[in-house]
Amino acid sequence: MTEEEDSSAKMSEDVKRYLKLDPRSSSAATSEPPCSSSSSSSASALANKSRNFKSFEPPCPDHVLENVLENVLQFLTSRCDRNAVSLVCRSWWRVEAQTRFEVFIGNCYSLSPVRLTHRFTRVRSLVLKGKPRFADFNLMPRNWGAQFAPWVAATAKAYPWLEKVHLKRMFVTDDDLALLAESFPGFKDLTLVCCEGFGTSGIAVVANKCRQLKVLDLLESEVTDDEVDWLSCFPAGETHLESLSFDCVESPISFNALEELVVRSPFLKKLRTNRFVSLEELHRLMVRAPQLTSLGTGSFSPDNVLQGEQEPDYAAAFRACKSISCLSGFRDLTPEYLPAISPVCANLTSLNFSYANISPDMLKPIIRNCHNIRVFWALDSICDEGLQAVAATCKELRELRVFPFDPREDSEGPISGVGLQAISEGCRKLESILYFCQRMTNGAVTAMSENCPQLTVFRLCIMGRHRPDHVTGKPMDDGFGAIVKNCKKLTRLAVSGLLTDEAFSYIGEYGKLIRTLSVAFAGNSDRALRYVLEGCPKLQKLEIRDSPFGDVGLRSGMHRYCNMRFVWLSSCVLSRGGCREVAHALPNVVVEVFGSDDDDDDDTVTGDYVETLYLYRSLDGPRKDAPKFVTIL
Amino acid sequence: MDEFINLKETELRLGLPGTENVCEEKETVSCCNNSNKRALPSGSENETESSTRKTETSPPRKAQIVGWPPVRSYRIKNNIQTKKNETDHEVQGSYVKVSMDGAPYLRKIDPSCYKGYSELLKALEVMFKFSVGEYFEREGYKGSDFVPTYEDKDGDWMLVGDVPWEMFLCTCKRLRIMKGSEAKGLGCGV
Repeated sequence: MTEEEDSSAKMSEDVKRYLKLDPRSSSAATSEPPCSSSSSSSASALANKSRNFKSFEPPCPDHVLENVLENVLQFLTSRCDRNAVSLVCRSWWRVEAQTRFEVFIGNCYSLSPVRLTHRFTRVRSLVLKGKPRFADFNLMPRNWGAQFAPWVAATAKAYPWLEKVHLKRMFVTDDDLALLAESFPGFKDLTLVCCEGFGTSGIAVVANKCRQLKVLDLLESEVTDDEVDWLSCFPAGETHLESLSFDCVESPISFNALEELVVRSPFLKKLRTNRFVSLEELHRLMVRAPQLTSLGTGSFSPDNVLQGEQEPDYAAAFRACKSISCLSGFRDLTPEYLPAISPVCANLTSLNFSYANISPDMLKPIIRNCHNIRVFWALDSICDEGLQAVAATCKELRELRVFPFDPREDSEGPISGVGLQAISEGCRKLESILYFCQRMTNGAVTAMSENCPQLTVFRLCIMGRHRPDHVTGKPMDDGFGAIVKNCKKLTRLAVSGLLTDEAFSYIGEYGKLIRTLSVAFAGNSDRALRYVLEGCPKLQKLEIRDSPFGDVGLRSGMHRYCNMRFVWLSSCVLSRGGCREVAHALPNVVVEVFGSDDDDDDDTVTGDYVETLYLYRSLDGPRKDAPKFVTIL
Repeated sequence: MDEFINLKETELRLGLPGTENVCEEKETVSCCNNSNKRALPSGSENETESSTRKTETSPPRKAQIVGWPPVRSYRIKNNIQTKKNETDHEVQGSYVKVSMDGAPYLRKIDPSCYKGYSELLKALEVMFKFSVGEYFEREGYKGSDFVPTYEDKDGDWMLVGDVPWEMFLCTCKRLRIMKGSEAKGLGCGV
């Protein structure tokens, strides 16, 4: 999953390069002598040029300028830079639109497909995001929306040369996939993250019809088992496949078909199998594809024993795959086999153990060789002791995620502030952390804020609601305050534990670069919400649940909502009237209210209490496909 | 997505947390409690987790809040699956793990495939390339460095052959072929 890139207020290197560009190097070269004022910005150089043009009566000055621009703009890839360029004037807007090949839409309801196809005519790559993140945790009723159907229909007509579609939290049907496979002859890259609505039959059509396919990545998606052998549907002969990920597909596969596919895919670099691939089968795949750089290992458990047969040499297979830098899987790990991965440990940059109940003793012999690891995901079964081992070896660690093996509030927690502090002391280059625990201290969080100044993402989930610092008994305000104060690059923050309004005053005061903020069971009053909405100028995504924020707090953000991607408030203390006020004041913002069940009809319509508020800016007004249980104010 | 909350997991019970339903079901299988257990050194892999859970007293669990903690359902399902696989000691038609001291890998066998101890032991000998010596009721295995043992459903390590075959099939959770000095200490006491 890639997070969108953040663009700071100052210009990126791309734009700087453009401004310094020598006009002589443009393709529309003239016989004019180079401008003498080359040391000043090229804006004046360009001005000189158009002045000279006028006196020479060229065929069409705008045309020439547009040609120049077109050639220059192709170097601009950052969408923030492109957005800025498109605001200069109409002519620039037009040229930019014609040269934008990659479009990113962070909220599929912020505009209609028609608007997309009218403005951008030569799109090759589309990234589209649908539901907000809290939908992952059953806070949104099914059938809320985010259908891919209207998008595939519109792009099928408008962009015959579409190559890449990357969807996140969208509802995609088998028909959508079929239409996609039939409409884009040059299609290369399908990535579906946290999507649902389709099954193996849809995948089969894509496999069969997209002859240029390089990437088929199904990540964390729900894929229904239509009992179709989709792996056999890839056409015969050599494929262009470079990446094939299906670890989220919870249905058995035909291993022979997979093996044959791997054999005829010489460019395959990334292969992530699902848990229906046994260790013996994995061995066979590795032997056939030693060029792999990224491997999802399936179950990592031997099949029902074939008695009397020689056991394959798993370590040798790993030794032969010299290029592996990324390992994941281990869905049904048999611990005795874990040491087989040792030969690749020194080269690993990414290791995902988050599906395996790995104890500290299992982890330590492995991790002590992983000097180059940058990304490490695990379950808290590794305990504080395991985290200390990580801290001792993984000096290059940039991203750490520790998930709970027992995700209940009252379970015993094997990790705590001890592990967090150890990581902060050992992994100074840490940029991103997601940490689930039962208990935490302000001291440990503060230590991390001081030791890891490169942090851009800090997400701490103390699973017990309203839990204070378990040593001092105080709220966790100071810890999170230290994070926002000391981590000057912080763009994403998730808070938890016992928090008062004071924590939010710190966030508002220091969190000047924060784009995403997640809040649950926190704060005392509307002031907390006001601090954030008034204090964080870069805030784009605000998701809050079960916190005592009401209409007054909501109102305090009126000036911001047009500049934000979305705001989510569920189980707070909002009233219909308060939400309606926002809807009336901001015509460019769509305000949706709904309950958590999709069969709530009359109650949510007439009642005053708002269970969930989801608001977002939109260029094309309220959507037409809202289900019954959603009310758009 | 509807299976997000495994109903059993969120069930409010008066029982202590951590007690596995699987164990409760097993109690109903009538295998008589063998009190004549040999003194065996406790297996190193023995998880003591379950025993500590039984002794601690905790308040009954709170009702679960929807979507809290914020862990995606596929992860929760995966964890439940992993827990089940680890504590799975169903016997009929199912596999038990066999390990041998010194061997880097383990095997899985289905003991009910065999008609009795001699067949089982022969198969193990072939699988791990060792020989097991002769079994004596009082003294255990003689004539070999290797001693076949198993963990029963109470967590105790028993010598293979001590109980009647049918009872063994009921109670065997996993097998371990011990070697060397550990093995020498066995079978001398009751």
